[in-house]
Order: sequence, then C-alpha cells, then structure tokens
Amino acid sequence: MLQGTWLDRNLRWVFPLPAVIAILVLVVGPVLTNLLFSLQSRSWGIFPVPHFIGFGNYLSAFKDSRFWSAVGEMLYFTAIAVPVETLLGLAVALLLNQDFFLKGVVRSLVLLPMIATPVAVALIWGLMMNPELGVLNYFLQLLGLPRILWDTSPTLVIPSVALVDVWEWTPFMALIMLAALQSLSQEQLEAATIDGANWWQRLVRIIIPMIRPAIVVAVILRTIDALKTFDIIYVMTQGGPGTASETLNIYAFKSSFLYLRIGYAASLLVVLAVIVLGIAAFFNIWTRGERK
Amino acid sequence: MTAQRRLRKSIRTFWLYFALIAIVAALLFPFLWMILTSLRNQVQNTSAVPVWIFSPTLTNYRSVFEQHHFLAYTWHSFVVAVLATGIGLVIGLPAAYTISRYRQRGLAFAILFARITPYITFLVPWFAAFRFLHMVDTYTALVSTFLIVSLPLIIWLMITFFDDVPIDLEEAAKVDGAGEAEAFFRIVIPLSTPGIVAAAILAFVFSWNQFLFALILSGSNTQTVPVAVFNFITYGEINYGGLAAAAVLITLPVLVLALFIQRWIVQGLTMGAVKG
Repeated sequence: MLQGTWLDRNLRWVFPLPAVIAILVLVVGPVLTNLLFSLQSRSWGIFPVPHFIGFGNYLSAFKDSRFWSAVGEMLYFTAIAVPVETLLGLAVALLLNQDFFLKGVVRSLVLLPMIATPVAVALIWGLMMNPELGVLNYFLQLLGLPRILWDTSPTLVIPSVALVDVWEWTPFMALIMLAALQSLSQEQLEAATIDGANWWQRLVRIIIPMIRPAIVVAVILRTIDALKTFDIIYVMTQGGPGTASETLNIYAFKSSFLYLRIGYAASLLVVLAVIVLGIAAFFNIWTRGERK
Repeated sequence: MTAQRRLRKSIRTFWLYFALIAIVAALLFPFLWMILTSLRNQVQNTSAVPVWIFSPTLTNYRSVFEQHHFLAYTWHSFVVAVLATGIGLVIGLPAAYTISRYRQRGLAFAILFARITPYITFLVPWFAAFRFLHMVDTYTALVSTFLIVSLPLIIWLMITFFDDVPIDLEEAAKVDGAGEAEAFFRIVIPLSTPGIVAAAILAFVFSWNQFLFALILSGSNTQTVPVAVFNFITYGEINYGGLAAAAVLITLPVLVLALFIQRWIVQGLTMGAVKG
C-alpha cells in the first residue's frame, strides 16, 4: 500500500475533515455553548455580568406557568398535525398508487406545498383566514356554516396553524408511503384478493402491515419537525393571540431575542432538544426491535 | 353479470377522479388564491364577496419593486443561497464519499444530530459570537449558519448516490495506476452528476426558503426575501395585492427548480431513509 500519493493514503480522514470541522464549529460548539448559557444568568447587554447559577434557569422554568403552557401548545399542535397528516397521507398515497389520467402531472403538483417558501405559505394562509375578508369564511358561509375567527381566536389558533401544517406536509407523508406501496409485490396482493378479502380487509390486514416501516419513518420525521415548527406559527401569529399559539420553540425564541433572557432561553432550548432527541431515540429503539 | 361489473367499475372510476380532483384542488387553491390576489387591486381584494372575474393588473408587482428594495433582497437571498450550496458541495461531496465507502457511522450520526436539534439552539450562540465579532448583517454570518441547513441535505442525498456507483469502476481505475483521489475526481464525480445537480438544487431551495437564521443575523445590508416579506406583514402592510405579489415572487423560482428534481426531493428530506 505504499503506492499512491499522500492524499490517497490519507484520504479516509482528509476527505471528511472539512465536514468534521464544519460540524464541530457550526453544531457541536453552539450546542455546548448553549448548555453553558443555560447554567448562567445572562442577557445580551453588559448587565448582569454573566454568572453561574447552576440549575436556577431550569428551576425557574418549571415554576413558570408560561413554560408549561408552551409545552402544552407544542404537544397540542403536534397531536393534531401528525395524526391527520398520517391518515390523509395514507389516503393520498393509496389514490396516487392507482392508474389514472395525467398521473405524472398530479404527482408533480403534490410536491409543491412542501417546497414553497414557508413565509409565503404563512402569508397567503393568513390572508385566506382573515375573519372579515378571508376566502375561507366565504366558503364556510356558502356551505351554510358560521364564520369563524381562525388564527385570531385563542381557542382556534392551534388547529388553524395545524391546518396549514397539514396542507404543507401531508404530501411528504403521502410520497414516502407511495414509494413503499410501489415496492410491494404483486403476488401477495393478488393472493389476498383470491382469498375473498374485501378492499378494507386487504388494506388493514395486508397493505398497512407491509408498508408499516415507511409509515413509521414518516411519523418519526414529521413528529420531530412538528415539535420544532417555527416559520408558519411565527409569521402567522408570533405566538398570539396572547400566548395562545406560543409553542416551546417560539417561547424560547422570544425569551432570547425579545426579552433578552439568554440564560433562561438556553434552558428552554435544552428542554426542547431533550424532548425532540428523546422522541427520536425512542422511535429508533422501538423500530429497531420491530425490524428484527 | 358483465354489465353489473362494468357499472361497478365506472362508479369506482368516478370516485377515484372525484377524490383526485378534491385533493389537487385543496393543494393548489392557496397558490391560485395567491396569484389572483396579486393581480387584483385593493378594492377587489377587500370586497366582502371574493371577486373571481376581473381585469388583471400588474400594479402590485410594480409597487413591490418600486416601494421596497425588492431587487436588493432578491440579490441577497441569491448570493447567500448560492454560497451556502457551493461551499456545502465542496465540503459535503468528499465527506459523503468516505461515509459511503468506509461506513463512517460516527460522522453520519453527527449530521443526523444537526438535522434533529432545534435550529434556535445553534442560533443563540452564533448570534452572541457574531455580535462580539461585529459580524451581524454580513454574508459570512448568513452563509456559515445556512450551511447547517445545506450540508446535511447534500451529504445525506450524496451518500445514497455514491452507494450506487459500482466499486468495480474505481478498482479498474486503480489497476490502471490511478490513486483513490484521482478515481474519485475522474470517475465517481462524473458518474454522480445527476445526483450532484439534485443535491445542489435541494440545498439551494432550502437555503432560499430559510427564515429563522436570516431573521436574526441579517440586517439592512443582507436582508433576504423571506425576512423582507415578514417585515412587510408585521409593519402593517395592508395592501394585500402587494403582499401576495411578493409571495409569488419568492415562491415561483423554487417551485420551478423543484420540478427538475422531483424524484429526489423526498429522498433528500428523509435523510436517505426512503428511496423514491
């Protein structure tokens, strides 16, 4: 192995080196710094001089009713968005797996919501949800339903922003499941038909179990991202009205950049990261057991 | 019997198209509404009953460019997205290659960690550092944080592409006296061109769409389009047509780009967990 240049002999660590450095500087460094900040009393200004206060920020958070409400809004949002996206996504995937006219065009159109710039998506949904002039209330009225306040109502704001999330990300779920459906073997599907199983039985007993790994992956990825949702909520409501749509991510953002409580915000972010990474790890272990 | 079967089949076809049309309508309506709003004047946009038929006006588009520095914001977004993509490729391609060939799981896991951790966790320390260095509102600040978005997308998509390049071709080149580095540049990279284009477009689109990092780290010299549009909204811009025109202008380029790489979008976004 003496042949080859120095680069050839050391390629194994030279090639990934820039990426390793980038990750250390961009990701690992900030995560550790954030951990340190979470143990300090610290603001963006000169005062108070940053000083170590142990777990003081975490204790304040656990006594802060706004923290608990933020955790609640985050879970509420995720608990609406992810199940709806999963069920609708499955339905859309089953539909797109059929043969129909202009199939290629429809598959391209399905991609558009998740690629569109989130700020623009939030803007246009905000206009559509406007209580007085929005087109959604006009549609409700046409159907003989009462007009509603959408994202300006404290009780409806989370379902409203979740609806936007559903619009944006159901296609993602659907395309993951569609990829799995297309890899199913035809024999197994046909065998089930001959057995006299009807459409529903085939779906529940054969198709869903067979594409289960894809469903699990889709649910994991969406859960992780739904917990962290920022763009849509912040652009549409900035956490309002009041704090009705203030998820943990939004509260942490406001704590650091509006209220300038860096130490406190850092502790909120550590809690959020632990929740998200914990769920990711849990799903990973759970599915690994299943794969065996 | 056959007549009955034919009837059942046409009922089934009817419902299939009914459901498809409903889905496509739901997915496209916001885009349609965005375009219609951008082409109507303010009186039409604030009418209690939506105005569906009207003579379109381009006034809103003109006002976006005239009243705001929209061209400058577009330029900032473009520069930052191109640099984040380009640097992401230079750093990401060699890393993806060795991860693919030598199964470097630690590095792969670190990239996954970057994708899972909430972005604000990185933003707070980064803002502190750039403030200390007087570098807030510089391209350097934006591009380096946007790499957190572009690099994982590029690396994960390219791992799956490099996995598919037959190792025999590299072995053959080595027999002919080429080193591994030469084999990478002469054989693996050219064979992976479609993948590299897909990774580049995906990284560009998600850098272009990035809002959070730009919201805090950009300023008057580097303000990107998403932040500018957010400011139009929060500073009480009530010309709906102008807002919608701005939304059309940000979204249109990425939607067009996305159509070229449809096959790889899901693969890129699922960190290689799903092959489309």
